[in-house]
Amino acid sequence: MNAYWQCLRGIVLREWLRFVLQRTRFLSALVRPLLWLVVFAAGFRAALGISVIEPYDTYIPYEVYIIPGLACMILLFNGMQGSLAMVYDREMGSMRVLLTSPLPRTFLLCSKLLATALISLLQVYGFLAIAWVYGVQPPAMGLLLALPALLLVALMLSALGLLLSNGIRQLENFAGVMNFVIFPLFFLSSALYPLWKMRDASQWLYWLCAVNPFTHAVELVRFALYERLAGLALAICLGLTVLFTLLAVLTFNPQHAALRKPG
Amino acid sequence: MNALTVQDLSFAYGPRQALCEVGFSLAPGRFAALLGPNGAGKSTLIALLTRLYHLQRGEIHVGGHSLRDAPRAALKQLGVVFQQSTLDLDLSVEQNLRYHAALHGLSRRHTDLRVEAELARQGLNERRREKVRALNGGHRRRVEIARALLHEPRLLLLDEASVGLDPASRLGLNQHVRQLCREHDLSVLWTTHLLDEVHADDALMILHQGRLVASGQVDALVQEHDGDLGRLFAGLTRPTATGAPA
Repeated sequence: MNAYWQCLRGIVLREWLRFVLQRTRFLSALVRPLLWLVVFAAGFRAALGISVIEPYDTYIPYEVYIIPGLACMILLFNGMQGSLAMVYDREMGSMRVLLTSPLPRTFLLCSKLLATALISLLQVYGFLAIAWVYGVQPPAMGLLLALPALLLVALMLSALGLLLSNGIRQLENFAGVMNFVIFPLFFLSSALYPLWKMRDASQWLYWLCAVNPFTHAVELVRFALYERLAGLALAICLGLTVLFTLLAVLTFNPQHAALRKPG
Repeated sequence: MNALTVQDLSFAYGPRQALCEVGFSLAPGRFAALLGPNGAGKSTLIALLTRLYHLQRGEIHVGGHSLRDAPRAALKQLGVVFQQSTLDLDLSVEQNLRYHAALHGLSRRHTDLRVEAELARQGLNERRREKVRALNGGHRRRVEIARALLHEPRLLLLDEASVGLDPASRLGLNQHVRQLCREHDLSVLWTTHLLDEVHADDALMILHQGRLVASGQVDALVQEHDGDLGRLFAGLTRPTATGAPA
């Protein structure tokens, strides 16, 4: 058991060291949601009035509404960047070092997912701290209760990232992930606008948003931040995390990855 | 018990046969050179030995443990230096070593002892806190050897480890690995396509178009072929019309 613990600790520590060394990565992860919060939200505040909706008790400014969506946006980008790192590791060979470990491959991959997720959480709480100073202040208990919700969402999106990376043959193909995964997931969700607004605009767009896993991730975090439990969202996120992880582990095949030019 | 036994190993990429019924063994404490021109199947063999590829046909035993049936025990006996550097350039020498120790599940105390011992053995103590990026090619290879030996394997696998090094570093690395082999009863499988890295008393395997075309001690094999390793190698690795194993 100790060997598993040491291995997990080593993988998390390596991610942490890489994160500390790449300060620009941390800053860029913060700049993106902060721009949305400060610039985009200011511009749209007037255009998008928010009525009283769950889990909020009263009318809220638009900045308050988009905070959970922006927190999940950090997790989404990190999950996908994790998949980019996985493809990079494959091409650079460092994935081979991981795979020569005598511990089971499933454990190694799950440890990698957990390490990516934990680093993402640091970035999310960095963002929430700045948002707090900016004036968006969810209840302190909500910030604590959101931790497991954010961890679950981070794991779900990291597993999705790993699953996608298994299908990416080369580093260059990653741009496609940006256009075909990140943007649709983010914009077709309740991150920026409540679903009833979307329903007013278009019924089929509403349905796309309603079945989008990212919508449920955002709602899980939104409710947790205000000390409420979104049961359906939790069940969907749990189920999808297990499904994505299983598929990612089953489709992981270094034979595709390690040696593209057999010799 | 042999450090490595390969039996009847075959592997195909779809319709293309990369290895065909390859078999050899390596005794404890021996230095074996695996020679082969580009495309001979060396990298495929390394990928199978390190369990990056799944075995299709045949068996591999490392230190008596089957890679198919007991991969954990087999991988514990195996240290690998890949052709392409797999060090994390932004981490220090010591951080790279500790990461590897963690992947092998070594306890903190054991890791401390092993890192100290390997840094001292490779003459890297002074540079332990330096980022790998700051090291030259020869020193990076030494870090990779230190890393490969951290978990005290019985077999060290070096896949064209001298590629990209200047002649002096190449010679130094080869001598260093031979010394490890002699002094620590370590078995070494050294894959290369450079004949000057092979000595007369080495065990030698020559791979060509996926088949093992020669196997034995270098001086004995050379005697059978006009007394010259170059002619032996050239004669056995002449391209065929098909370019595929017969």
